[in-house]
Amino acid sequence: MRRLYFLIAVALLYFILYLTGNRLAILGFEFSLRILARIGGVFILVFLFMFFVNYLVTPKVINRYLARSAGIKRWLFAILGGIISTGPLYLWLPMLKGIKEQGVSDGFIAAFLYNRAIKPALLPLLILYFGLKYTILLTGTMIFFSIMIGLIMENVKFTKSKT
Amino acid sequence: MKRALSKTVRQILSFLPMLFGVVFLIGLFQALLPRSVYIAVFRKQPVIDSILGSLLGSILAGNPVTSYVLGGEFLRQGVSLVAVTAFLVAWVTVGVVQLPVEAMYLGRRFALLRNLFGFLFSILVAIVTVFLLSLL
Repeated sequence: MRRLYFLIAVALLYFILYLTGNRLAILGFEFSLRILARIGGVFILVFLFMFFVNYLVTPKVINRYLARSAGIKRWLFAILGGIISTGPLYLWLPMLKGIKEQGVSDGFIAAFLYNRAIKPALLPLLILYFGLKYTILLTGTMIFFSIMIGLIMENVKFTKSKT
Repeated sequence: MKRALSKTVRQILSFLPMLFGVVFLIGLFQALLPRSVYIAVFRKQPVIDSILGSLLGSILAGNPVTSYVLGGEFLRQGVSLVAVTAFLVAWVTVGVVQLPVEAMYLGRRFALLRNLFGFLFSILVAIVTVFLLSLL
């Protein structure tokens, strides 16, 4: 229900504007419908991609690969795991805390978290708005910087026992 | 398979109300604010624009779908690509709202530093991406 509050507030705003005879309500509504028409079709693709990712990837699977790999392989799993992990962050935090306790370094966890910003299921929408070239470049740059943030975090000491 | 399907439906349903709300709010802003307002704020100066975009993306939170739609509409209004890119990247890499939960699980210093670097890197990612795009 809480998720609906924002939508209800916006609907009320439109209703008030409409009742007061303000043209903004009609203009805004028409413009919004055009946006929805533009993105509507892409949502079928988004749904399919999300379904496949949800079917194949669970925190358990990521945990298995990230905790047991080493070296470059671990970086690859951190990147791939972050990219294919879905759902809200708080669902993944217990798993990340667990692998941290198993000895996975902060750098890998930071890289994993940074790559969560890349959402394969939502790429069709990103392409629709910004184009394929931009999407490829942005994704590549973000992967590169995820390793950078990982390396930096790897070299920062966090606890007294490490310093 | 049934679990994945119900999870996907739940995920879609969880962000749809917010997405609809944002789309209809964009509609109002579009009708209310002329292009000149956006152009006055974002003056096509890569560093300043990307900092502004990052700040906005860091404060706002929600599903990335919302940020794509917002960013795409900002771009249509004349906001620079570097600002929009910084906004998109900060939206998903910096989590001011989620900071306390992240700190609880992974440590306060980890969460603070990761978000700080996330903010700085969103500016860098935006500048590098737009620069590379200009080369192609």
